Amino acid sequence: MHGSRLRQWLRRAFTPPGRRSLAETASPRMTGEYRGTGAYMTTMRPQDILLPVAAGLCCKPGGFHIDPVRPVERAVITHGHSDHARAGHGAVLATQETLDMMRLRYGENFAGSTQVIRYGEEIRLGDVSVKFHPAGHVLGSAQIAVTCKDTCIVASGDYKDAHDPTCTPFELVPCDVFITEATFGLPVFRHGNASDEVKKLLASVALFPERAHLVGAYSLGKAQRVIALLRQAGYDEPIYLHGAMETITHYYQSRGIELGELRPVTGVKKAALAGTITLAPPSATSDLWTRRFPDPVTAFASGWMRVRARARQRGVELPLVISDHADWDGLTATIAATGAGEIWVTHGQEDALVHWCRGRGLRAQPLDLVGYGDEEESETPLADEAEA
Amino acid sequence: MNRFAELLDRLAYEPGRTNKLRLITRYFHEVGDPDRGYALAALTGALSFKHAKPALIRDLIAARTDPVLFGLSYDYVGDLSETVALMWPKAAMAAHNNPPPLTLTEVVTTLRTLGKTELPRQLERWLDELDETGRWALLKLVTGALRIGISARLAKTAAAALGDKDPHEIELIWPGLSPPYLDLFAWLEGRAEKPVNRDPAPFRPVMLAHAIEETDFAALDPADYIAEWKWDGIRVQAVAGRDERGHIAVRLYSRTGEDITGSFPDLVPSLRLPGAIDGELLILREGRVQSFNVLQQRLNRKVVSPKLIKDFPIHLRAYDLLGDDENDLRELPFVERRERLETFIGKLDDPRIDLSPTVPFASWEALTAARADPASAGAGEDADAIEGVMLKRRDAPYLPGRPKGQWWKWKRDPHIIDAVLMYAQRGHGKRSSYYSDYTFGVWTEGETGDELVPVGKAYFGFTDDELLQIDRFVRRNTTEKFGPVRHVVHEGDKGLVLEVAFEGLQRSPRHKSGVAMRFPRISRLRWDKPPREADRLETLEKMLKADESLPTIKVAASAKGH
Repeated sequence: MHGSRLRQWLRRAFTPPGRRSLAETASPRMTGEYRGTGAYMTTMRPQDILLPVAAGLCCKPGGFHIDPVRPVERAVITHGHSDHARAGHGAVLATQETLDMMRLRYGENFAGSTQVIRYGEEIRLGDVSVKFHPAGHVLGSAQIAVTCKDTCIVASGDYKDAHDPTCTPFELVPCDVFITEATFGLPVFRHGNASDEVKKLLASVALFPERAHLVGAYSLGKAQRVIALLRQAGYDEPIYLHGAMETITHYYQSRGIELGELRPVTGVKKAALAGTITLAPPSATSDLWTRRFPDPVTAFASGWMRVRARARQRGVELPLVISDHADWDGLTATIAATGAGEIWVTHGQEDALVHWCRGRGLRAQPLDLVGYGDEEESETPLADEAEA
Repeated sequence: MNRFAELLDRLAYEPGRTNKLRLITRYFHEVGDPDRGYALAALTGALSFKHAKPALIRDLIAARTDPVLFGLSYDYVGDLSETVALMWPKAAMAAHNNPPPLTLTEVVTTLRTLGKTELPRQLERWLDELDETGRWALLKLVTGALRIGISARLAKTAAAALGDKDPHEIELIWPGLSPPYLDLFAWLEGRAEKPVNRDPAPFRPVMLAHAIEETDFAALDPADYIAEWKWDGIRVQAVAGRDERGHIAVRLYSRTGEDITGSFPDLVPSLRLPGAIDGELLILREGRVQSFNVLQQRLNRKVVSPKLIKDFPIHLRAYDLLGDDENDLRELPFVERRERLETFIGKLDDPRIDLSPTVPFASWEALTAARADPASAGAGEDADAIEGVMLKRRDAPYLPGRPKGQWWKWKRDPHIIDAVLMYAQRGHGKRSSYYSDYTFGVWTEGETGDELVPVGKAYFGFTDDELLQIDRFVRRNTTEKFGPVRHVVHEGDKGLVLEVAFEGLQRSPRHKSGVAMRFPRISRLRWDKPPREADRLETLEKMLKADESLPTIKVAASAKGH
């Protein structure tokens, strides 16, 4: 108790006034800020519907949390990445794919009970209704629209508005309050066309036929998208997989996603890997494991590869700008298109996006949520010597 | 422009030399004239136009982006050109019916003639037209800051590979060529004769020596060889020739053929006679040769100030003559060239240029003694600037490259200490999965008894097999990790002792130990030695005193010091 009080005090003390979190502005004495806007007088204030707390985004009238980072009684989950979908909740509501992925990662008993919801389906929870819409991020990813009386808030989770052959495309959901991620919330992040990046990879394979190409990619979503893009580009050789990629990738195939011939890389002779492409978790591409490959070219598929210093830091030789998050243009276009008058910005470069929103006359604030980031950062590091 | 940008982009990330070569050669192969010629010019630093100032780029972006967003972005990216390239807003698609894509040729030729006032508008138009990578390359090009780790030599080698030629051949004709090098590419592709070098003072590919091993002597007869001191300076080729109007043109070339005349204007007036001298650049003060540390002050300077010239007077010590007026001497045996050289230097009669003396010897034993103690074998007070001895066959012609058995270098034994491995860091490229960069330390008295103080870093010298052994040791004995750096156990009885060889020592206020090593490398792994028996800092300090010829090293420290 004492510890959490202290933390709260510290946070207040070190947060500049413009960045006060919603949790604080929601206190009964500080409602003046919203009184001026007539529409809210008769309806509920958004922060009475959804409020950031230590465990995540809490919906009090609905009695659940969205993507909680700590175990809660009832969790509604946007997608299967480990920073959003954690084990140990009482009840979990999510799409079939998200639930399946959680099962694959955490085992059968990852939650007390589960409930499947489809895109477009609406479910009543307490005083609110909850509806799922495709987020275009990874297979099964969803935006969650929470409606209470006349106010609709969309918690978009992670999303992208770019082409992806491995998941249902992003759907625009008009709303009053839009909660957006800001992973790539700086105008320097423009992802371009992912198929051009794949062409870059194929050109390199053609130029260095005696070398192996190792592509670092997050094992859920990114890897399968890269494979699908390679197939679309006409590459029909077998593609090799790091052991950590196999389960999720096979799951994608079982959901009808065409990925062509895939082979485990374990046990393949070094010389046989010349001229091939192998997908691996990013952490594996700079370790002992790479010694089984002939003079490997290290590629990395990520939106971060747009910035040279990031690529160089990781020792990447072939950066591929392929992201499963919306880029700056995607974020700003989506925000504008939702018609929302109020924007809550979370995980990533909040400052720039909040600034942009305010410049457009939108009410915007950063949302103090912790525990979300790159999926990779929450991945367990690979055992150092195990694969030598 | 896009294809060139793509090349630069890929080169900027590629660590391996052979792979860089492949990428550039492939580019020359795929891209036609004159674009590839201008690309070669860009990579060799042969393009000349007035560079755009960063302030201009900053103004351009300020006019079309929000200052707060630009500030946050610049903060994140850390590089002005890159930030601008990435956040440049997409043009409102004013371009009508798909104009042809911008070419490198158009950029280079336009920049050459463009007035200063027209530059901003022109840059804007180009930035509107290009994509992220294209804009990045354009900005690097116009600001004159390519910095992608490609030397002129590498670019020429890649061009040579296009026609299976020796890069030396290109070096030979290079001074007479100019962008976009149509004649060069025509020759490389077998469509035309080799271009003739009309340069009055052309570069000649240099002859290099092999390092001699103990076992080599048995097969060599001392009578076949002439010995000279090996000076610790910079190899240089000083060429003077008459141009069409009969004026003397002078050029100084590095051993790779790079024109370094601009760095040593004070030597130019001394080269009055047409000819090509092979020799060593040294700093001489009151007739005494200074250490390499002193010479270093003259290297890589943008501006050669009168003060620099006065404080670090340059000198050429000649050891070979490749051309005498119009005559090419390279086919002659070394003894004959040496005679011609002596006459030539005598005729020049210039205080800045002298002969490299020979070292008389009758047997290998006598030479061994001279090498061990140059001071008493004729080098006198210059002994400190001597790295060892050179052996040259009397009958050797001057051959480019490193021909077998003609020239030998026999360096003095390097300094050697036993140090303890303290930290290890991952390498780059091929070595990125290995801990191959090592920081090592020696013992010194600390507040709580003896402690290790880092004295240097080394990342070569070991065999592939030893690398595996060290890598394994590092992984099993890590005490802490900081990003790519591992702290490796280093206590009195736990740790790994490395035998480190190095060429020299220098005082350095930037190092905690106060000393910096020149050219350190791992010479042996001392698994047999407990760390507590490794060397102490005092040993290095003694070596340093012996190494210092003059206390001029302070200049080095203050020139760099921040």
